[in-house]
Amino acid sequence: MSAITLEGEDLQQRHLEELETVTIRFAGDSGDGMQLTGTQFTATSAIIGNDISTLPDFPAEIRAPAGSLPGVSGYQLNFSSRDIRTPGDEPDVLVAMNPAALKTNLPDLIPGGILVVNTDAFVEGNLKKAGYPASPLDDGSLSGYRLFKVPITTLTLRALEGVKIPHKQQERSKNFFALGLMYWLYDRPLDPTLRWIEDKFSKTPDLAEANRLALRAGYNYADTTEIFTVHYHVGKAKIKPGKYRNITGNEATAIGFVAGAELSGRPLFYGSYPITPASDILHELSRHKNFGVKTFQAEDEIAAIGAAIGAAFTGHIGLTGTSGPGIALKSEFIGLAVMTELPIVIIDVQRGGPSTGLPTKTEQADLLQAMFGRNSECPAAIVAPATPSDCFQMAVEAVRLATKYMTPVFYLSDGYLGNGSEPWAIPAVEDLPRFDVEFRTDAEGFYPYLRDERTLSRPWAIPGTPGLEHRIGGIEKQHITGNVSYDPENHDFMVRLRAEKIQRMAQDIPPIDVYGDQEGKVLLLGWGSTYGAITTAVEKMREKGASVSSAHLRYLNPFPKNLGDVLGRFETVIIPELNLGQLAMLVRARFLIDAVSFSKVKGKPFQVTELIRKVNEYL
Amino acid sequence: MADLEKETNGTNGTNGAHTTDAPVKLTRQDFVSDQEVRWCPGCGDYSILAQVQRVMPELNIPKEKIVFVSGIGCSSRFPYYMDTYGFHGIHGRAPALATGIKAANPELSVWVITGDGDALSIGGNHFIHAIRRNLDLKIILFNNRIYGLTKGQYSPTSELGKKNKSAPMGVIDYPINPLSMAFASEATFVARSIDTDPKHLTMIIERLARHKGSAFVEVFQNCNIFNDGVFKPFSERVVRDERMLYLEHGKPLLFGKNKDKGIRLNGLHPEVVQIGESGVGTDDILVHNESDPEPNLSYVLGRMQYPDYPVPVGVFRAVEKPTYEDMLEDQIKRAVAERGPGNLSKLINSGETWVINAEGETV
Repeated sequence: MSAITLEGEDLQQRHLEELETVTIRFAGDSGDGMQLTGTQFTATSAIIGNDISTLPDFPAEIRAPAGSLPGVSGYQLNFSSRDIRTPGDEPDVLVAMNPAALKTNLPDLIPGGILVVNTDAFVEGNLKKAGYPASPLDDGSLSGYRLFKVPITTLTLRALEGVKIPHKQQERSKNFFALGLMYWLYDRPLDPTLRWIEDKFSKTPDLAEANRLALRAGYNYADTTEIFTVHYHVGKAKIKPGKYRNITGNEATAIGFVAGAELSGRPLFYGSYPITPASDILHELSRHKNFGVKTFQAEDEIAAIGAAIGAAFTGHIGLTGTSGPGIALKSEFIGLAVMTELPIVIIDVQRGGPSTGLPTKTEQADLLQAMFGRNSECPAAIVAPATPSDCFQMAVEAVRLATKYMTPVFYLSDGYLGNGSEPWAIPAVEDLPRFDVEFRTDAEGFYPYLRDERTLSRPWAIPGTPGLEHRIGGIEKQHITGNVSYDPENHDFMVRLRAEKIQRMAQDIPPIDVYGDQEGKVLLLGWGSTYGAITTAVEKMREKGASVSSAHLRYLNPFPKNLGDVLGRFETVIIPELNLGQLAMLVRARFLIDAVSFSKVKGKPFQVTELIRKVNEYL
Repeated sequence: MADLEKETNGTNGTNGAHTTDAPVKLTRQDFVSDQEVRWCPGCGDYSILAQVQRVMPELNIPKEKIVFVSGIGCSSRFPYYMDTYGFHGIHGRAPALATGIKAANPELSVWVITGDGDALSIGGNHFIHAIRRNLDLKIILFNNRIYGLTKGQYSPTSELGKKNKSAPMGVIDYPINPLSMAFASEATFVARSIDTDPKHLTMIIERLARHKGSAFVEVFQNCNIFNDGVFKPFSERVVRDERMLYLEHGKPLLFGKNKDKGIRLNGLHPEVVQIGESGVGTDDILVHNESDPEPNLSYVLGRMQYPDYPVPVGVFRAVEKPTYEDMLEDQIKRAVAERGPGNLSKLINSGETWVINAEGETV
């Protein structure tokens, strides 16, 4: 690890203790810059070789009243010298920038955990807003923790004396002071963040200078004041050789779709309407116009998918992205895409619901909406990434399946995946298999609804192709000709055919893998973002000899062909989900097994410990 | 599954007859599809279809580059009857589909066929935004002031007090004016015509087609089943000259059999005047300027209604400004010029990266 040499300092003065895994949570007012602090700590930790996993947690309000409980924004990250898959159940360390942050986050801190507070914020007004009758820093109520009281604001202002920015701006640098403090405490280098500041504030040198000074001041303060008697070292994780970058699920989703379009040989069209937590995908894609990516910020969710379908009709990769409420609005158009058999992908970055629900919190409760939430028999394929970096691969998969089978495909991410991050082993582009799409060009024997025998997909015949002029629409189609048809026999046939087409995709998706023994007492069956917690729970229990395995679905409609076999090899199948048992309902109906649903709908991901407790009931 | 292949009839496609290399002058018949037209006999839609099919060959656009998009309603069956590419969408959403089609492939000639309920009620939002973006779309609104396909409920353009199936005691919703909506949406081309005047309609459709940018025309269209004769009081042949005003760019707003009546502006209000009476001369008459950068006067004209005024038809507004799809293509060209064509490897390797070597060291 690159050591920081600060003039005249000896970093080895104090005891350096080795730790395997640490979970830190930065919490403060939503204007305190906690997300930035968290992402910087994450990036630095990744670069020095830790395995990492992160969980940002922020309020729906951009700036809730300063100092209020609803305005608290947090960022939790787990970094380790071993392979980790979750952002950690409970923080070992809490950095609380104000009383409200302390109040809302303290219940999660482990007993005896490190608690760093900005004492400057513990003034009467803030204490009152947080509901503290008296300062908890003085009444002994925090005696169960290792409390470090640091006047972060005062120290930041002192460090910034002489920097030519307004007082208010100077105060804003306090998050860098806190970051510097934590960098010392966990023995991290300053270089990556200094480089980042240089780059980010290149046009505002005064701000760059302020942040640099604050970061160094925090680090030096921790180093020189002996407020901390020990600091900690978390070694490198054994990570597979390769090139890495840290990536959030939403970033991986966006570039995954750019990649999917490239691999298909067709340009990407993204129609979207701003919605939390999916908007970052729109932001990211709008930056990639040099790939020919066309982003369209529509007047509403309906127009967003309508334009994507229109683009698909012309031979583009039609993509739309939203969260649950947006899916509700898009439903009728999804039906049109099913009827006209055009390839589009619908991204749903799920959030807490129903209705507006919990816009910034995670949930997995749109599975049945994706599966059934349209009028009549309206089948669509569903894929779901399992981790932030897996978002890349599943995006490519969604494009591959949509174009091969000429069908809408749902892509179910969620707030936790979208905003969470982890190191990503960057694939070599030449290793990504191409799947160039083919358009129908031959007018001889062309019928818009004549099907490929294996996939049952209809030809993609795009406007501009001479001789293939034809009409499609939402009215029932006559088999083969695509003419309007109200014939009862034809309708029955077509309804079954559309369902069959989706089921045929099973021939094109990989079988589900079992982690652990291939048969045994308990199988944890998960889907989507619960992968990390489930796998970690199984890993921990198996280390203690328990007969527990897990399997994770990344394809939910159709299911992998071998799913029934896998489920049948275990005495108990437990299905943990962040909903009231939606996958469990599908599995029970499909395989007639008495699967146990384990539900949680708190807007938060599963903790490893709660999964272990549940499994133990069945061992 | 039953084998239904034998039951097929017709070809909602083609027999591959038009794949010659040399451009052949198309005829009206080339745009007639093999589908049976299923509008009620006597419906005004027939006239609009005929005029569109008549204009098409004049545009010299290959059939394969033309797309008709529609929503839901009687008018929205239109694409099935055109032997071009066609997309019969969902209620009110044709502009959304058309936006995607045109933005994705600007080379296509994209037409939107809609009705008063489709465009102004369920699809009001898409109508506004497609127009304000100035995509090069040709929007034809069939206004029959009634819901025909659902059998006779009032529409957003039905007259106040009108009695019909869903308002047996009379409509209490104030009607909306499609032209006002188009002006308010910053339309660059706004026109109006009527199904019973094929010559005028043909001329307007051709103007519509040749405009670059969102082009909107309201066509008064008679529903002879549920709202028969709704436009008759001013459009009937015997009264038409006195009760309708044919707009012509650069010409004074004169009407009447002998062109002896005109529109004069009194402050912000138009008034009908008789030439030669009270000292009114032709010079007093408002001269129509469809290319006025500001739509204010066109808006005033668009609101003139019978019986207080003659009903204007023609081109109210025709101005040029850059289209959405051109600006989008420009941005793409600029992005490529500035950053080079997209390189997937560069993209996925962007940001802060690090390498773990075989010894597990970060390098």
